[in-house]
Amino acid sequence: MSRVVELARLMQGNEAVAEGALAVGVRFFAGYPITPSTEVAKIMAERLPRVGGKFIQMEDEIASVAAIIGASLTGVKSLTATSGPGFSLMQENIGFAAMAEVPCVIVNVQRSGPSTGMPTAPAQGDVMQARWGTHGDHPIIALCPSSVREAYDLTIRSVNLSEQYRVPVILLMDEVIGHLRETVVLPLSDEIEIVNRCIPQEAPADYNAYRANETGVPPIANFGTGYRYHVTGLAHDERGAPTNDPATAEDLLLRLHDKLQRNLDNIIIEDSMSLDDAEVVVLAYGATARPAKQAVKEARLRDIKAGLYRPLTLWPFPTASVERLAWQARTIIVPEMNLGQYRFEVERAVRGRAHVLGVNRVNGELIVPGEILQAILDVVQK
Amino acid sequence: MMQDLKRYLRTDRFPHLWCPGCGNGIVLGCMLRAINKLALDQDHTIIVGGIGCSSRAVGYLDFDTLHTTHGRALAYATGIKLARPELNVIVVSGDGDSMAIGGNHFIHAARRNIDLTLVLFNNSIYGMTGGQYSPLTPVGKKATTAPYGTIEPTFDTAELARAAGATLVGRGTTYHTGLLTGLIAEGIQNKGFSLIEAIAACPNAFGCRNKMNNGKEMLLWQKENSVHVNRAGRLPPGELEDKIIIGRLYRREASEYTELYDKQILDSCGV
Repeated sequence: MSRVVELARLMQGNEAVAEGALAVGVRFFAGYPITPSTEVAKIMAERLPRVGGKFIQMEDEIASVAAIIGASLTGVKSLTATSGPGFSLMQENIGFAAMAEVPCVIVNVQRSGPSTGMPTAPAQGDVMQARWGTHGDHPIIALCPSSVREAYDLTIRSVNLSEQYRVPVILLMDEVIGHLRETVVLPLSDEIEIVNRCIPQEAPADYNAYRANETGVPPIANFGTGYRYHVTGLAHDERGAPTNDPATAEDLLLRLHDKLQRNLDNIIIEDSMSLDDAEVVVLAYGATARPAKQAVKEARLRDIKAGLYRPLTLWPFPTASVERLAWQARTIIVPEMNLGQYRFEVERAVRGRAHVLGVNRVNGELIVPGEILQAILDVVQK
Repeated sequence: MMQDLKRYLRTDRFPHLWCPGCGNGIVLGCMLRAINKLALDQDHTIIVGGIGCSSRAVGYLDFDTLHTTHGRALAYATGIKLARPELNVIVVSGDGDSMAIGGNHFIHAARRNIDLTLVLFNNSIYGMTGGQYSPLTPVGKKATTAPYGTIEPTFDTAELARAAGATLVGRGTTYHTGLLTGLIAEGIQNKGFSLIEAIAACPNAFGCRNKMNNGKEMLLWQKENSVHVNRAGRLPPGELEDKIIIGRLYRREASEYTELYDKQILDSCGV
């Protein structure tokens, strides 16, 4: 039997998130029950103690993010999982993690909203909340998988990016990918790239907790290792001391953004199909990328020059790639299970150089390939 | 003694932001004396604060310190303690921070009996935002958002903590510093959730609206209105109205959360 057949297993998207988290070294999970993300907590509760990790069910989602930040500050890779209503509650402390630069991963298995919405019909309505949910100009990374294997890989990538850049990372799942079951072959443990946070090499007396290294990221001393420094959500100087000095506050905010901007090559992950000569590009992410791929294939069978562009990193926005699409394509179609949250961002990058249109659904049902194909045909026949 | 305590302070962060007459410095002094008395390892003691005047104390302390979001200090501290049970974790929080916005985290930290010591700086008011009434502002007292006096009853913090599951509850005041220091030390030593409430003066946001114009008057108010728990039992209930009951108010034995986690969960998961 080949290795592939031997290791192939039927797995659910949420299960893949838990497996990916365990594989990359997550050893702390704090969460609050909410469908459609509960499988992640269930698996972590069972598995974490077996690898020396800790699981705790907190009193709400606010406390869940607080607890993973606390655990992460002691050097333990930490993660939580939730859905829309819980994601709303988490925003306060996600902002803290961004400001205080504490690595942590928040998995949001999106469901229909606003408010309680239709539990638990699929939606992609939290795209903008993932970017701007917490107040203030904060840096954030959001990754979005389209398959079970990708849920596994992007969980690992989320943890790695959060460790590397000291930034909260949102894994923006949706109900379809969370509950989808597919056959996957997981990588062997020595095939998994694991990135650990940069810790200070200098003596505690010489340590400035928020002085960036050459990559723009300050090395992080784990609590309890003798560095005795201060962590705050207030604007702070390089020592971590609170400040109201305009120049210091501005330097901090600009550095928080700069540490991602200068590392976009490593942060932005994307995928494409039949893009080389495409005149009509479908730009799709998450569950919606699946019917989009099918629609592009069917369009190609009809000799239509259609292509697929699929951002796996939704935030930071892949501006350079979308600008290239704008020069190449006449039309960019953005199918989404929302009213155009990502399309507006695409339009911003395209700046009128191509026609941008949406295929949108907010009724809790999936977008099917035929709808996207029809949009392609309409464009071509015009 | 003073020299001993100075090593716990980040003196480069001074001057502190507290007003003249404020009781927060006195509570902080008691906390540091307790830490000193117990000779806690400075590298393995984490101090976590919420938001408000009292929580700003953590920034002046030479430990690993975490100044969190409003009301959430106990939830952050829970993450630290569960991830690394070998660390001492002390939480500093005000009456608005821990009893209003953080009330849910308070009862659940107590319920779990996780080994955290909460030093509740109770100055009866939201000081930093300009004197709004809190869940611990005594009934009838005035605040900027209660110009005609509050009509809301206060929480009985000790009863609340006891009912929620805390294993040690004590209350002191900034007048009774010896007692307060001893209670904080006892709280840190207790293997479980401890609430040590410290009645502190806020002449600028609370006292001045309630006929106590400076720190001294407020300290005298604490002196004259406090009754030690050992004496309180011998007094008729009528005489205890509006009195501050001080001393060790409650203690019981119960399993501590992180120990239970290690013992029961790790045992039964078969590793």
